[in-house]
Amino acid sequence: MKRVVITPSNIESNYWKDLRSYRGLFFYLAWRDVVVRYKQTVIGVAWAVVRPALTIAVFWFLGWILGVPAEGAPRIVLVTAATLPWQFFASAFGDASNSLIANANLLTKVYFPRILIPASTLLVCLIDFFISLSLLVVVMIAVGHPPQWKMLLFPLFLGLAAMAAFGAGLWLAALNVKYRDFRYIVPFIVQFGLYVSPVAFSSDLIYAHESIPAWCKYLYACNPMVGVIDGFRWCVAGQDFQFQLQPFIVSCAVSSVMLLGGFWYFRKTERSFADFI
Amino acid sequence: MIRAEHISKEYILRQKTRSNYIALRDVLASKVKTMFSSSGAGTRSESFMALDDVSFTVQQGERVGIIGENGAGKSTLLKVLSRIVSPSAGRIEIEGRVASLLEVGTGFHPELTGEENIYLNGAILGMSRWEIRKKFDEIVSFAEVDKFLDTPVKRFSSGMYVRLAFAVAAHLEPEILIVDEVLAVGDAEFQKKCLGKMKDISTGDGRTILFVSHNMGAIRNFCNRCLYLEKGRVKADDATEKVLPLYFGLGNRSENAGFVFNARPLDATGEWISGSDIEVEIAWTRGRYAPGWHADIACYTLEGEKLFALQSHTLEGFSSEDPNANGIVFRVRNTGLIDRDLRLDFGIRPRAHLPYDLVVENALLLSPGNKGITHNKVPDVLLVPPASCRSITT
Repeated sequence: MKRVVITPSNIESNYWKDLRSYRGLFFYLAWRDVVVRYKQTVIGVAWAVVRPALTIAVFWFLGWILGVPAEGAPRIVLVTAATLPWQFFASAFGDASNSLIANANLLTKVYFPRILIPASTLLVCLIDFFISLSLLVVVMIAVGHPPQWKMLLFPLFLGLAAMAAFGAGLWLAALNVKYRDFRYIVPFIVQFGLYVSPVAFSSDLIYAHESIPAWCKYLYACNPMVGVIDGFRWCVAGQDFQFQLQPFIVSCAVSSVMLLGGFWYFRKTERSFADFI
Repeated sequence: MIRAEHISKEYILRQKTRSNYIALRDVLASKVKTMFSSSGAGTRSESFMALDDVSFTVQQGERVGIIGENGAGKSTLLKVLSRIVSPSAGRIEIEGRVASLLEVGTGFHPELTGEENIYLNGAILGMSRWEIRKKFDEIVSFAEVDKFLDTPVKRFSSGMYVRLAFAVAAHLEPEILIVDEVLAVGDAEFQKKCLGKMKDISTGDGRTILFVSHNMGAIRNFCNRCLYLEKGRVKADDATEKVLPLYFGLGNRSENAGFVFNARPLDATGEWISGSDIEVEIAWTRGRYAPGWHADIACYTLEGEKLFALQSHTLEGFSSEDPNANGIVFRVRNTGLIDRDLRLDFGIRPRAHLPYDLVVENALLLSPGNKGITHNKVPDVLLVPPASCRSITT
């Protein structure tokens, strides 16, 4: 028979066991958000495509008139390959950060491993991402850009984006429970992130620029989305696209630290969620 | 089995911040304030013990009622046991899978259909998909919502909503079921059905149930043991029949304001069974009785419903003119319609039709015996049982 001991410092003994036995709930929470998301909308799931499509159009136009270099693939393909992972990150991070507050009624009434809530929002955003990936297919066919073997590495870069979004999301979700200020900080981070990620421009502009000191280039690479977006671009581009390994490793390291730190902080504050929310 | 040892839950009440969450601004501001003032006046806080050194053990198969006034710590206790909040001190050991029903329809999503919500809610309460599917038909027929399975629950009537929510929880198969005041929302018929279902679960499969309610009738019918909390402490922990009189502050005999109140079943069994009489006695202890004094009794159910009242000056054959008397006895027949505990209020007046000189509330508890109850309906409020009255001398 299952045995639980509750003490002030530990209300979730058997944490990992519980995670496993509640995995059904993880899928149900994700399924709920997917089903509910487009209820009572006219074009429904098409929204997952319309929003990135408009963003891509704008960035393509901007890149064209500003003369941002586009090597190895038509500009529209590179812009699409950058916008889709960015939108995934932005929505996954934003939704995870707000997830605990949005499910406050569950937190105060039922026990289950709290981490399932932000984790399930990640799954929902992944589903949206896969739907929006159809845009990339359409664009590549339309401009006649051949598919690349390198595209099989998409999951690697997607995983990196998910790590970064989940890690940051865990931090902010936990902080949000206690300090609602973070509700206003999240949209700001997302907006700011768009400016410092190579969605509208190309990382080559930074790395090749002679008057930018080396430490600034490393600082730039600390943004995990730099590694992700450069990776996606490299995947879709032809042979003459240069992949920068060093900044990619920096991005990987930063997102690993974010994930571990986020998980640690979440676990530390988890047991007082119901008291503060 | 549940073993709780010395559990406490302390909350810090913030006097300054009115809002229910903390803003970073306030934290920073108070940090700055305390930096410049040595006394630390910025953070005036007061602690509040929602639970204070609570210990108890519940064996498997027990049905324990948790009673107490609002704010006594009942819900906090359930939340601690359900692992929603952590205790500030103490240790709890629980053997068996726990399911808590602290609110009806936790996690129901208004946009989802009845069927979808059954699966979602089941998962939230800790059931696997396979378990829910196995119980699905039972849940639907218990909730009586067959026709509305494809309707979003936002279009449900509140009664249907509650029925569906309870039905899901009732078909959980945990070893320990924790239920907060959730039945208060349903109609009487459904409440009865729910309690019946819970009783089946408990007696049939030996499951443990912890049940919070303000409905003392339900507590009395359902729980074999009661934990009476007052201001976060355990005031009593005993069989329900012993704890309830304590909760109402009454029993078979009590003294108050110079009177002795006493109830005596006349049947040889010593119980107030159907067809037998009980004598309810009011005796003056300070010798203030004078000819002409009258007494009234009013009978309420434990839920606070008034059933009937008896007035000595309207009962035939009673005269209060005996100069040697020092009390009045009512004799009340149990017609078999009275199937629940009654609490009695007394009113005493110096002359018929004059206003009361004294009213004593909750003076006595009358428990009818189980034997010979013919009806199980809600008693008619207008039904006054046959009664008579006489003076006593001691």
